[in-house]
Amino acid sequence: MDMKTTRPILKPGDADTPLSEIDLALVGAIQGGLPLAPRPFALLATQLGLCERETLERVRRLQDRGVIKRMGLVVRHQELGYGANAMVVWDVPDSEVAELGRCLSKFEFITLCYRRPRCGPDWPFNLFCMIHGCDREEVRGKVRQLVQCCGLEEIPHHVLFSRRRFKQRGARYRNAAERESVTP
Amino acid sequence: MRHTLDKRAELTDLERRLLDRYQQGFPLTMTPYADMAAALDAEETEVLTALHRLQQLGVISRVGPVFRPHAVGASTLAAMAVPEERLEEVASIVSSFAAVNHNYEREHRFNLWFVATAADAEELQQVLQSIEGLTNIKVMPLPMLEDYHIDLGFDLRWT
Repeated sequence: MDMKTTRPILKPGDADTPLSEIDLALVGAIQGGLPLAPRPFALLATQLGLCERETLERVRRLQDRGVIKRMGLVVRHQELGYGANAMVVWDVPDSEVAELGRCLSKFEFITLCYRRPRCGPDWPFNLFCMIHGCDREEVRGKVRQLVQCCGLEEIPHHVLFSRRRFKQRGARYRNAAERESVTP
Repeated sequence: MRHTLDKRAELTDLERRLLDRYQQGFPLTMTPYADMAAALDAEETEVLTALHRLQQLGVISRVGPVFRPHAVGASTLAAMAVPEERLEEVASIVSSFAAVNHNYEREHRFNLWFVATAADAEELQQVLQSIEGLTNIKVMPLPMLEDYHIDLGFDLRWT
């Protein structure tokens, strides 16, 4: 938990050295998940025409460079009883957005916190965070806690609860422009 | 309705401990599952079985990497204001793109929210344009500009 207090700010650009063709192929091979077999990197290596050690080394390097944010079990919140998920959006003065973003990120129930562009009069919000809770009341309580702890009483915000989930899976970076058959 | 999705009661002790311990820090070794098993005082085959089952139950989407936005390819959050009566139709068009990995209905005039990820900015732009073309509804792209959060996984409360 201590890691949360010393978080660096990651900007797009920090890890922006373009990936080599081999690394892109590796990303394509692992984006949907690692093989669940005793030697997963050996299987990937065969697929990529590399050796096991090099495959592993390349994955390590992607993680060290920050290209991979984390590696492990990727949970689906709804299946674990977190039925309420809300995107909370804030209209923060530009000069304060980084400070407030860091403040919000310190709360363990925040799972994402991004600055995004405003988009015309219809969409003045520039700071986004995601909160998961067992029910809506719990999520609303957490929003009140954020408002109080980060001094956001004067900051316009909006809580967008999710209703239906039409699709959820890991990102695919290759061949993404194609349409695929949909499994509801 | 939403709570019927809750699979927590069905999980074994090992499955819970895997969820607690390994949302981050997957061992980057030649035998990661054996190493996870050793750390959790279990057998490699038990760990592999548990991970298969978690995936089958839909509790985890995968065991693997979470990439930092923009570090690989291009991605964006996007929103659409869809007339209620067209929501299912439009949502299924949006979901039909391989580029779209999350697609949710949210309670707002902008009621359809999705994340699209592609190899590069040009391909991403193509996807958004195709969605606009197929649905005749404007897409509002809201790309990430700055990330304030370090993703350590999600703290599950079992009680």
